[in-house]
Amino acid sequence: MSSADVTGDRHIPEPDPAKGDLAPERDGPRDTGMDDASLHRWLERTWRTPSGIVGALSSVDHKVIARRYLITAFVFLGLGGLNAVAMRIQLSGPQRGLIGPDLYNQLFTMHGVTMMFLFAVPIVQATGIYLVPLMVGTRNIAFPRLNAFGYWIYVSGGAFAWVSFALNMAPDVGWFAYVPLSGPEFAPGKRADVWAQMITYTEVSSLAVAVATIVTVFKQRAPGMSLDKIPLYVWAMLVTSFVVVFAMPAVMITSTFLILDRLVGTHIFNPAEGGDALLFQHLFWFFGHPEVYIIFLPATGMVSAIIPVFARRLTFGHLGLVLSLIAVGFLSFGLWVHHMFATGLPKLGASFFTASSMLIAIPNGVQIFCWLATLWDGRPVIRTPLLFVFGFFFIFVIGGLTGVMLASVPLDLQVHDTYFVVAHFHYVLIGGSVFPLLGAAYFWFPKITGRMMSERLGRCHFWLAFIGFNAAFFPMHLVGLWGMPRRVYTYPAELGWGNINLFISAGALLFFLSFVLFTFNLVHGALKGTLAGNNPWDAGTLEWATSSPPPSYNFARIPLVTHIEPLWAEREALPVATGLRVDARELLISTVAEAYPDIREKSATPSIWPLFAALAVGGTFLYSIFTPWAIVWGAAPIAITLIGWFWPKGDPEDQE
Amino acid sequence: MTFALCVLLLQGCAGWQSALDPKGPAAGELAWLIWFFTALCAVVWVLVMIALVAPLVMRSRPGDEPLLLDEAAERRKMRVVAFAVGLTAIILIGLTLLSFFANRTLAAIGSEAALTIRVTGHQWWWEVRYEDATPSRILTTANEIHIPAGEPVRLLLTSTDVIHSFWIPSLAGKLDLIPGHMNVLDIKADKPGVYRGQCAEFCGAQHANMGTFIIAEPRPKFDAWLNDQLQPAGAPASGEAKAGADLFLKRPCVMCHRIGGTPAGGTVAPDLTHIASRKTLAAGTLTMSRGNLAAWIADPQGIKPGSHMPVADLNGDELNAIVAYLEGLK
Repeated sequence: MSSADVTGDRHIPEPDPAKGDLAPERDGPRDTGMDDASLHRWLERTWRTPSGIVGALSSVDHKVIARRYLITAFVFLGLGGLNAVAMRIQLSGPQRGLIGPDLYNQLFTMHGVTMMFLFAVPIVQATGIYLVPLMVGTRNIAFPRLNAFGYWIYVSGGAFAWVSFALNMAPDVGWFAYVPLSGPEFAPGKRADVWAQMITYTEVSSLAVAVATIVTVFKQRAPGMSLDKIPLYVWAMLVTSFVVVFAMPAVMITSTFLILDRLVGTHIFNPAEGGDALLFQHLFWFFGHPEVYIIFLPATGMVSAIIPVFARRLTFGHLGLVLSLIAVGFLSFGLWVHHMFATGLPKLGASFFTASSMLIAIPNGVQIFCWLATLWDGRPVIRTPLLFVFGFFFIFVIGGLTGVMLASVPLDLQVHDTYFVVAHFHYVLIGGSVFPLLGAAYFWFPKITGRMMSERLGRCHFWLAFIGFNAAFFPMHLVGLWGMPRRVYTYPAELGWGNINLFISAGALLFFLSFVLFTFNLVHGALKGTLAGNNPWDAGTLEWATSSPPPSYNFARIPLVTHIEPLWAEREALPVATGLRVDARELLISTVAEAYPDIREKSATPSIWPLFAALAVGGTFLYSIFTPWAIVWGAAPIAITLIGWFWPKGDPEDQE
Repeated sequence: MTFALCVLLLQGCAGWQSALDPKGPAAGELAWLIWFFTALCAVVWVLVMIALVAPLVMRSRPGDEPLLLDEAAERRKMRVVAFAVGLTAIILIGLTLLSFFANRTLAAIGSEAALTIRVTGHQWWWEVRYEDATPSRILTTANEIHIPAGEPVRLLLTSTDVIHSFWIPSLAGKLDLIPGHMNVLDIKADKPGVYRGQCAEFCGAQHANMGTFIIAEPRPKFDAWLNDQLQPAGAPASGEAKAGADLFLKRPCVMCHRIGGTPAGGTVAPDLTHIASRKTLAAGTLTMSRGNLAAWIADPQGIKPGSHMPVADLNGDELNAIVAYLEGLK
């Protein structure tokens, strides 16, 4: 954003002080008419993260929190990947004795739990925390302290799970921990409790992020960004956040019921006492299937952000893509039963879920076709982000089609719980989410660090990942059809699965190495990459309007949006809205549909209390695997930290 | 890679635990369904890939101005996309109907089953009980299920501990064994043969070693087998076996295992009345032999870590005696 001279707002009335929350006499200096240098000084002083360790721990800047989230989630990806490598070494031949069943069962459980709850969901949400406020043109995410709290809870949940693993008490009941296997009778010790409470940590944190994202998108959009001008990535994060809000409570209920059965002696899932083991599966998959879309929808948003930039045109079928996102969000709640076809459900009911599972392929098909149509205008500019999007198409379409196979009840009965399913969901999750995420990493890395990643290494990385992935996971379809169930720590030689498993293990190793190369490229790019400038790809959305990396206040002046791709429409200078105070953290709040500027609102200042609150909550969760009284004793510190968090600051606004 | 995969594919078809090598009507219907879905999905995938690669071979570059769109071209694209969505919908409706009718075919297979077998899942073995109206003709055995070839057989599936899943890929799809629920699976083997399967739902430490076999035999041979199995255990033949029988009753073995015709009446572990007539030990983990019997009794936790079979404190002579006894239980 270059223009200090375009100060007025076009067609849009300046925030009306009479309607606003601040009496005019209490107003400090505003950005109206202020020159660039002093504006920067004011805003930097107001918005920066305080220095020192306490300052860093108090940060509420969405970019700082998001960077921490991204790095933490990436570390968990590495750990989950190491789990996978260990498993693949054990399975590389029949009857290998490297890893026994006790460790192996912990390994695959930790792999699933880490990848789903500590990597996939957090990393897509973290990307949203970083990008959504920038893309909608605001200065911070809504509820920034809640956002910081979410991060601390997530870190403590992840640490809880991995410290348990180091202590040989990691969950060993699979990432969906079916009862009765995870119940009090068949899972003595604390392993299953670790699973149940670890879920609670991560769900609390993702609910916090979801709420903050929804409010940011609804109320903090730059003036003029009416619903039809919201970028597709932001739409994807909005729909995802709603799916989180409706799906996560189901798994929290599941894990809480499990804890109650284990700790308090309820019999919710105990068939001997009138409970029901299948209830667990219904509750879990009512969350579990939307979970897949919580991971996948943000990735579609990334694809929608990358394709138009390299195809050098507007996205084809913008409205269709938005409606597809919403349709997928709704439908994702109507197909959980296809995870349970082998439980012997009534046949008519099962057939209904075949139909609903098939149905969701239609909005997903619409998305695929619209992206392809966007690419048809001529030879696109092939750079690493687009290569990963091509990899996404290649892999995800296979995963989607095997998903159609799994939707068929009779067919599912042969492949359910076999390596065919393992292949399917890795094609969907890695193809559908990790490849777009890698593309997104190359795409937005210059925005986050100010430097480019190496294109040459990027291409090597892509081919290594692409070949390694397919070599590892394609043969799994076959070995599943040949009868190999999932979650076996070994298999007899006479079944003839040895060679193909060796091949799979080699592919898995190659795939793991591609991430080593990626890590090198990240570090190399951050330290030595060429300087990127504000908008290295000549993209059209608002995050590219500010410097790379963005200043603490994101935008010196709040941009005024006139087009879906504002930077393509306003080549000379972006119009801006003015009138915000510069001596206080003030945000422009706009109306939901039309994004008319409505009121000015304070954004929370840095605070150490979210960290303390997270410690209190995390400590309570940890304690609660030992005794239900933890809830009683934990309430006191939680109350104290929340009082500290919400203590009135003496601002005029707070005193009214 | 493609060639290697083809070789592997052909090799796999010969497997005795493969969904692609059907030996019964249910698995046959399912294999046909798998191939049909696979072929159709492959065609769809190839079409999408062609559409994806098409712009890469184009000579033209998109224009410099990303906001400038050719209206006529956009309308053409809209028609193509709408056609593709319509085609997708038709294919999906077709596949839904196909799968519905396949389900009906499967449901009709076992409607006249004369033989009902109750299979109960345990950590980590299968209890097999042949139901009969006459109580003395009810037979309880373990892990290996003999059935008459060419006849439909009804399996009643349940569990007393955790959830397991019964799956013989070459005969039928899998169905879960859930405590508190009873599932019905009808199977039919077209020809005599031995069909392997294993537990498909993760059930704890030894999920990997929970194999089972369906042994399909001609009707007369099956009837003879059933009559043999209904007999109580034979008397020990040698002095060593006699000593083994006494030891069996004095040691912890008797707490869990049943041997028909003796005071051993435990029901929490496999029935050993005719153990030597079975092909494998410990749910498909070891082949039946004197050496394996001894190894299994001496070191169950080494062979199947976590299994519920405890180590019995036996010296070499005692172990030999018990093995000699069990070996005689044909």
